[in-house]
Amino acid sequence: MTATATTDAVRVEGLTKSWPGPGGPVHAVRGIDVTIPHGSTVALLGPNGAGKTTTIDMVLGLVRPDAGSASVLGQTPHDAVQQGLIGAMLQTGSLIRNLTVRELVKMLTSLYPSPMAVDRVIELAGLDEVADHMTQKLSGGETQRVRFAVALASDPQVLILDEPTVAMDVEARRIFWTSMRAFAATGRTVIFATHYLEEADANADRVVLMAQGQIVADGSTTEIKGRVSLRHIRATLPGIGSDELLTIAGVTDVDRRGDSVTLTCNNSDGALRELLARYAAASDIEVTGARLEDAFLELVADSEARQ
Amino acid sequence: MIWLHYTRYELLRTFRDRRLFLFAFGFPVVLYFVIAAPNRHSHDFSSTGVSAPLYYMVSLSSFGTMMSMMSAGFRIAGERQVGWTRQLRITPLSVRSYMRAKIVTAYAMATTSLLLLYICGLTLGVSLPAGRWLLMTLLILIALLPFGVLGVALGHVLTIDSVGPATGGIVSLLAIVSGTWFPITHGFLHDVGQFVPSYWLVQAGRIGLHGQSWHALAWAVVIGWTVILAAVAALAYRRDSGRV
Repeated sequence: MTATATTDAVRVEGLTKSWPGPGGPVHAVRGIDVTIPHGSTVALLGPNGAGKTTTIDMVLGLVRPDAGSASVLGQTPHDAVQQGLIGAMLQTGSLIRNLTVRELVKMLTSLYPSPMAVDRVIELAGLDEVADHMTQKLSGGETQRVRFAVALASDPQVLILDEPTVAMDVEARRIFWTSMRAFAATGRTVIFATHYLEEADANADRVVLMAQGQIVADGSTTEIKGRVSLRHIRATLPGIGSDELLTIAGVTDVDRRGDSVTLTCNNSDGALRELLARYAAASDIEVTGARLEDAFLELVADSEARQ
Repeated sequence: MIWLHYTRYELLRTFRDRRLFLFAFGFPVVLYFVIAAPNRHSHDFSSTGVSAPLYYMVSLSSFGTMMSMMSAGFRIAGERQVGWTRQLRITPLSVRSYMRAKIVTAYAMATTSLLLLYICGLTLGVSLPAGRWLLMTLLILIALLPFGVLGVALGHVLTIDSVGPATGGIVSLLAIVSGTWFPITHGFLHDVGQFVPSYWLVQAGRIGLHGQSWHALAWAVVIGWTVILAAVAALAYRRDSGRV
């Protein structure tokens, strides 16, 4: 792949798409620009209806944009698909019945010019134990892993995963991300959409946050968290009501679990001084920076306020 | 030769489905024995000059094969439902290869159904000159092409819930209009029937009953409908890129 070494994995320019809706057109994607260098792992975050899946569908050539363009390793989505440069695990989907896992993988690899070896696909997707099982006999987590295997069949340079861990339990998710990181470590580009912020935090080099068809933030998880001035103060403080704690200057939210309280603060220094002055009983105090979730909620709320 | 690989797995998948065996192949066979076996000694059935087992073998051939061909639609609607069709669109499999695989699979079903009915016919004492039997089979297979294409089109337009009733209704209606169950020799139905491909499917079967081979109109109707329905199927496939 020397020809593609200097090319961006995905380049999106002015991408726009509207769908007809009952109350006029729904602007799913409103002119977004993103460039993703080859070899990176990028999380696409956003609430439902943010335009993530429509964007992915346009990058894959499944949906034709109203305006703008998407390219994959310098080629049109169609050409990239023909050469097996791009693979995807689509958001909705199950498997066709009456084939074993191995047969299904073989069928897919037979469609590509230079596919990944069948055994390698099965190993990478963690399917050794169920390789000879019929697809309709698999558990939800196993089905998702087979769908991951389907996406790997072409030995793609660019892998797109649209909410890959939906319907997986904690253990299945852990196994899945281990497989995904093993694939990403071979120098490939992985782009995944997710609702689970901790997945983005743990697995992505970069986060692209979408809301209402636009990109509202784009950067490393540390950078995005840094855009939000919120901090958290956690303390053990029995017997004090949430309403009372909310009167502390600089506290915007209170979350109580048993004796433990977490204060969300826009001025943590002032809030901490007041907390200690008011309640001598407060102990085990920790101050932590904004979580990705805070950044997410605040940036999405800002975007909605601007509309 | 991508399409051959793909077709191989399509066939494997289809012929592994036990329910399909039961209904698509079992139903015409059971129906045949129910209707024909009690009349197996009738050698001049309803003054047609042929035996009842032969008459019904021919009638059920057109009905059973038409149903088998159109069952392509059931499988496609099912694949769309689980999002498989969208997954296939992000592979190099072309529309042409995809359609070819679907039609070949439908033909495999129809041929199996036809052979089963022939075997049933033989057990009830049906005998035909080899040449007549061969010509009949050949023309039946040709006349089935528009129905395979129609099945593909319906599979891309309808949902898994509606494709069953729609296919059953269309096949039943066409069977009546085309004279599957009772011969139609004149009148409005006869005039309309001649422009429906299933009429010629039934006529192809009638070769087994001392009927005539096809003339020009038959070829024009079968080829014309195949071309029109293929265009509709291709359009349906292209428009059907969205999420179901």
